[in-house]
Amino acid sequence: MYNRDQLAKKANAARRKQSAIGPDIDLTEFDDAPSQHSYLAEEDLCSLPMADQNQLLMAGLDVREEERGGTYLQKDTDVIHCHAQQEGIEVIPIKKALETEPWIGDYYWKLIDVDTDKYTAAAELGLHDGYVIRALPGSRSIYPVQACLYLEKENIQQNVHNIIIAEEDSELHIITGCATAPHMKKGLHVGVSEFYVKKNARLTFTMIHNWAEDMAVRPRSVARVEAGGLFLNNYICMKPVRSLQMYPTTHLVGENAVARFYSIIVGSPGSYYDLGGRIFLKHPGNRAEIVARTISNGGDIIARGHLIGEEPDIKAHLECRGLLLKGGRIHAIPELEGLVDGVEMSHEAAVGKIAQEEIAYLMSRGLSEDEATATIVRGFLSVDIPGLPPQLKAEIDKAIEESDKDMM
Amino acid sequence: MLQIEDLKVRLGDKEILKHIDLKIHPGETHILFGPNGSGKTSLLMTIMGYPQYEVAGGKILFKGEDITRMAINERAELGIGMSYQRPPTINGLKTRQMVNLCAQGEVAVESLARQVNFEAFLDRDLNAGFSGGEIKRSELLQLMAQAPDLMLFDEPESGVDMENIALVGNTIAALLQKDGSAEETTSKMQAKLNRTKMGLIITHTGYILDYVSADKGQVLYDGMLSCVSNPREILNCVGESGYEECVRCITGIN
Repeated sequence: MYNRDQLAKKANAARRKQSAIGPDIDLTEFDDAPSQHSYLAEEDLCSLPMADQNQLLMAGLDVREEERGGTYLQKDTDVIHCHAQQEGIEVIPIKKALETEPWIGDYYWKLIDVDTDKYTAAAELGLHDGYVIRALPGSRSIYPVQACLYLEKENIQQNVHNIIIAEEDSELHIITGCATAPHMKKGLHVGVSEFYVKKNARLTFTMIHNWAEDMAVRPRSVARVEAGGLFLNNYICMKPVRSLQMYPTTHLVGENAVARFYSIIVGSPGSYYDLGGRIFLKHPGNRAEIVARTISNGGDIIARGHLIGEEPDIKAHLECRGLLLKGGRIHAIPELEGLVDGVEMSHEAAVGKIAQEEIAYLMSRGLSEDEATATIVRGFLSVDIPGLPPQLKAEIDKAIEESDKDMM
Repeated sequence: MLQIEDLKVRLGDKEILKHIDLKIHPGETHILFGPNGSGKTSLLMTIMGYPQYEVAGGKILFKGEDITRMAINERAELGIGMSYQRPPTINGLKTRQMVNLCAQGEVAVESLARQVNFEAFLDRDLNAGFSGGEIKRSELLQLMAQAPDLMLFDEPESGVDMENIALVGNTIAALLQKDGSAEETTSKMQAKLNRTKMGLIITHTGYILDYVSADKGQVLYDGMLSCVSNPREILNCVGESGYEECVRCITGIN
């Protein structure tokens, strides 16, 4: 169980604690007072202004809820829509879950320490809401559950805590987005996420970020994958953001558990990204892969990856490729740590520009220089993700397609 | 027609082509011979328009237009295409997409691919892990979709296995309208007159001559086109006495 008083006490002590990595954010610059948005029924979702709908769509949220297993939509600090439309799937706002679901205590702040840094502390002390998505044992979701954290109020600090549970033998797909209203410029998003993938469960989590130019973003997430489980984590961010820092961690705690991280990042001028992932392989048969494709158009990108092999008969691979298109910086930091004999770990990292030879080759087939460049960039960003349902693949392709125009 | 006049080309600070004169009339296919490093690939790359091959003198005309300073894609638009010996890999670009790009629109990719026994590769990244022979078939498939009027082939048979050599040879013949398909409906003479496609083929082995009837053979030696003759004769001569002897003999006769 959990004790909110104790958590608050711990969090209070960490209120000013800077993060281990990434630039510090002054929380006093932002306003975390509750907003007053009213709840929307299903039919009201579709009556949102078109401009907002488009922003949501870019972050993977379809207001028509077609081919979706459920929806969670939070605007600023309020849940404005939440429901599951598939058997075996539960979607509950976390504040409600904390009141009504006795089992939530087994998961709330169990993977992340509340006093990790000032952001985790803020998520406890000023919790606005967040989602709990749970696939019951043996349930198979056909359509993904969509979740979106939307920001509209200028200068807001949004504090969110999410818990995702794929019970034994279940299959759960989640597409989650963060987006800002078209007029919005500045804000801070703090998001704590705890992932539980139980025995032989499969969880795919595809996150699309669609921020405003002056946003600061500090997600904090940790996953725990049991024997035979699969955690597939995709992250796409192709829009400008002032400062984004995250370093999600996954623990493979049972035999044959597998984790794969795929990130696609496009860094615009004035944007700072420090991201990557860390996976602990603790049991025989564990497999892990971290793949990052980064493009800088003048932005500053640090792409980290850290694989830790603690047992023999594990396999892990890290791939980090960066493309500098129009200046900027890409700093790849791949780390491999083998702690025993019999681990098999590898990495490849490359940062550079587009090879002139490739452009010339495509030009000799009739493409202009710009078309050739765009074709190569699109190819660079199109990563084959094994195990990703075709529908989610289509969502990712769409996100890439959409931002293509802005990028060139 | 392709017309090259007194062409001089530099790569970096090295003069690699010293004096090239060449005419390929519509319907003609020429074979380009020459030892390693003689500048054969450089000549093809210069005609295609690769900017690192700097034209230091002379000019290149195609279809009556001076293309000496034209960008690569403008030359492609005008009808020049190339089959590369070692093309770069384009990660994430499927071969199928590339064939469509070559055709500048939707094309019957599957049926084109079937002709070069390449259906199984359509959903693979272009040139990624392709063997020598697979690269050649992929290049031919792209040219089939692009359908240029002048085709430059850089060693199209190298690395191709025995099973596929006839396929590659016959495909090149068809691309160059030299497969005899036109002769079924018209006389041989008429077919020759109707032929418009032009070809320039680099070969070391001469296997390609078993499938493509070439009009002329050219020997590139020391940065110059040193003789023009029947391609079979050149091949025999080089095979017997080497390039140096072969060039001396022919220039001696002249």
